[in-house]
Amino acid sequence: MSGTTFAGALNTGLRRALADDEKVVLLGEDIGRLGGVFRVTDRLQREFGPYRVIDTPLAESGILGTAVGMAWRGLRPVVEIQFDGFVQPAFDQIVNQVAKMHARTGGRVRMPLTVRIPVAGGIGAAEHHSESPEAYFVHTAGLRVVSVSNPQDACTMLRQAIACDDPVIFFEPKRLYHVKGEVELEDLATAAPMSAARVVRPGDDVSVVTWGSHVATALDAAEALADDGVSVEVVDLRSLSPWDVEAVTASVRRTGRLVVVHEGARQGGVGAEICATVTETCFADLAAPPLRVTGHDVPYPPAKLERHQLPDLDRVCHGVDQVLGRAPLDPRAVAVSAATHQGQGSPAGAAPSGATSDGTAADAEDDGVTHRAVAVHDGQEVAA
Amino acid sequence: MPSTTDPRTLQDLSRAGRHDASVDSAHGGARDRTSTATPSGGTAQVIAPDGSRHAHPELDPWLEDVDDALLRQLYTDMAVARRVDAESTALQRQGQIGLWPPLLGQEAAQVGSAHALRGDDFVFSSYREHAVALVRGIAPADLLRVWRGVVGSGWDPYAARMAPMQVIIGAQTLHATGYAVGLLVERATGPGGSPAWGGPPSDGVERTSAVVSYFGDGATSQGDVHEAMTFAATWSAPVVFFCQNNQWAISEPVALQSKVPLVERARGYGMPGVRVDGNDVLAVLAATRQALHRARTGGGPTLIEAVTYRMGPHTTADDPTRYRTSADVDAWRALDPVDRFAAHLRGLGVLDDAAEQAAQDTCDAVAAALRSGISGTPDPSWEAVFEHVYAEPHATVAAERDAYARYLDGFADGADGAEQREGRR
Repeated sequence: MSGTTFAGALNTGLRRALADDEKVVLLGEDIGRLGGVFRVTDRLQREFGPYRVIDTPLAESGILGTAVGMAWRGLRPVVEIQFDGFVQPAFDQIVNQVAKMHARTGGRVRMPLTVRIPVAGGIGAAEHHSESPEAYFVHTAGLRVVSVSNPQDACTMLRQAIACDDPVIFFEPKRLYHVKGEVELEDLATAAPMSAARVVRPGDDVSVVTWGSHVATALDAAEALADDGVSVEVVDLRSLSPWDVEAVTASVRRTGRLVVVHEGARQGGVGAEICATVTETCFADLAAPPLRVTGHDVPYPPAKLERHQLPDLDRVCHGVDQVLGRAPLDPRAVAVSAATHQGQGSPAGAAPSGATSDGTAADAEDDGVTHRAVAVHDGQEVAA
Repeated sequence: MPSTTDPRTLQDLSRAGRHDASVDSAHGGARDRTSTATPSGGTAQVIAPDGSRHAHPELDPWLEDVDDALLRQLYTDMAVARRVDAESTALQRQGQIGLWPPLLGQEAAQVGSAHALRGDDFVFSSYREHAVALVRGIAPADLLRVWRGVVGSGWDPYAARMAPMQVIIGAQTLHATGYAVGLLVERATGPGGSPAWGGPPSDGVERTSAVVSYFGDGATSQGDVHEAMTFAATWSAPVVFFCQNNQWAISEPVALQSKVPLVERARGYGMPGVRVDGNDVLAVLAATRQALHRARTGGGPTLIEAVTYRMGPHTTADDPTRYRTSADVDAWRALDPVDRFAAHLRGLGVLDDAAEQAAQDTCDAVAAALRSGISGTPDPSWEAVFEHVYAEPHATVAAERDAYARYLDGFADGADGAEQREGRR
């Protein structure tokens, strides 16, 4: 495939940001002479000098804390954290300082910081090199959090993050660094806003919401499910804080079903937030409980086990099957649903073993709320 | 003040401190963990506890321009700081503010160092540097607004060139270092830019402003302070690390933070360190001036350990009688910074009864303004909860603000939601 690699697109974005604004400075470990361990800052120190592209001592809290001071002085620091697991030493500075400075000072001091973090697994790496820490930062008011899925977004959204007057946690899925695509230097004034989700594949039966490297996983699953007659809509969330509630709920209102896919742990994860919000705002439109396909709630396993941790095409297809009533739901969901709907009509997906998969549809009155039940049989949506 | 290259180094002073017997015993480890160091001849000093002035070859050159007017100003500022401190404790007792960390005993360390600063220098402080803030021109009532809980920062930090207080005790040392690096970046990349680090040796010309970071002995155990000193030293950042060693981190004596005098750590980072009598306002002024000059001329950071004593509690919520003896406090009371400086000035004839009265009149006026400025300050309106979370529009905060506004609208006209909820209980 021709085009620019994801890493090269980031490099292009950084070069443009450095050239556009003399206040932009890069700092991190090994980003100067080496060009970063993933070569994202390749040649930038040579072009812009050691005061714009700054090699730091090996201390992440020090990097973030000094970046805070540089922002105080009016610079726009772009920090590189070498690997996801190394951001935790900087957690205090990010959560207690970066996120709060603007509010603490009544809006007088801005923190236009970008924190680039190579993220997530799938590359057979050592411990602390495959983490998905997005939920920590999404939970923190004052931060913006984005995760990019393709070279064009990598270039454009990085430039948008640097131009943003708020701090942005910028996740770069490591699996994508060598993926190629066409990249142009978009006009930031007309490019899609950084906070907007994007429907990357339209569909009618199920909405799959994901971000980062799992956009590709979801697209693969959608292709496989299409062969099976299921129309999957894939939404690339792009921004995790704020996240595009309108785009997601619009999709779910149409399809009636939601599967959120992410690699980070399930408990307290971003998928939980999305499912809760969709349930609160789209309850009457749901044909099945929203469902998450995520990493397990375990420490990220050694490399030879990571395929069991990562959502893949089969697990995403299984999740879609579950919300379609073609595969059994999580036993906990079944137990709760069974108790709630005892003696009443059972919405699709709430019954074990796909009780409505006989091709019929059922409307159930439950405390005055009509649950739209849709069943799919032989790939055909039968009723709504 | 010398404006050219000064061959004297403050390492000499720290060497002197290292051989001070009282220092050694104070840091002697488990044998006596509650004793604290008292400043003595081994710690740089120009005014003895009895007020007498003695020569100091390292510090005296930095005091040559100190005239009677500046001496009186230093005295008045220390007196005002002490009065504001006492008044604030009283206001806490009256419920006008929620909490107050008294600076009693640390007036010289703060006033002396703050007077070394230029207007274009920047300060990143901890939470007890009330006198520094006052010298920076911050109104006493603004100082208290944070402690009343009505704002996150009582003043415009860019106007005062002082960041709001920092409760995370070591974080600000990194902010100061980063700000100082920002100065270097500007110098290197601006018009006629010149190498900022790894460049030629200093020619003694002041080319940048500088940054001072205030922190305490407890903070020296924080990783951020270590990282700040590492970054600042390797980058030759124009920052001064001003440690007020007031002997106590709430109930923990300094011996629990360090096995060696704190100033000795400077050598490990590759920067000069000076141990100065923090209750001697002129010694502090001189040491800070020299460190700032070094920073502005490309000489990099300096660690100053100002040896002082927190005479009061950690905060108004603390009870120091649970962890230290009255004998310890009494020993330090004899070294009181304000009394010492007053004795010195009386000996010089700079402070007479009329000048003393003038200083007290100033204190009375400041105290009255403080009381009227803070008492009865209304609570902010609810909208402030949602303000300034982000600099640019943010859908989540906007939606939650709108939802809360609709919720409040459901109550009676003009009533605050909180009052209504009280009524419902």
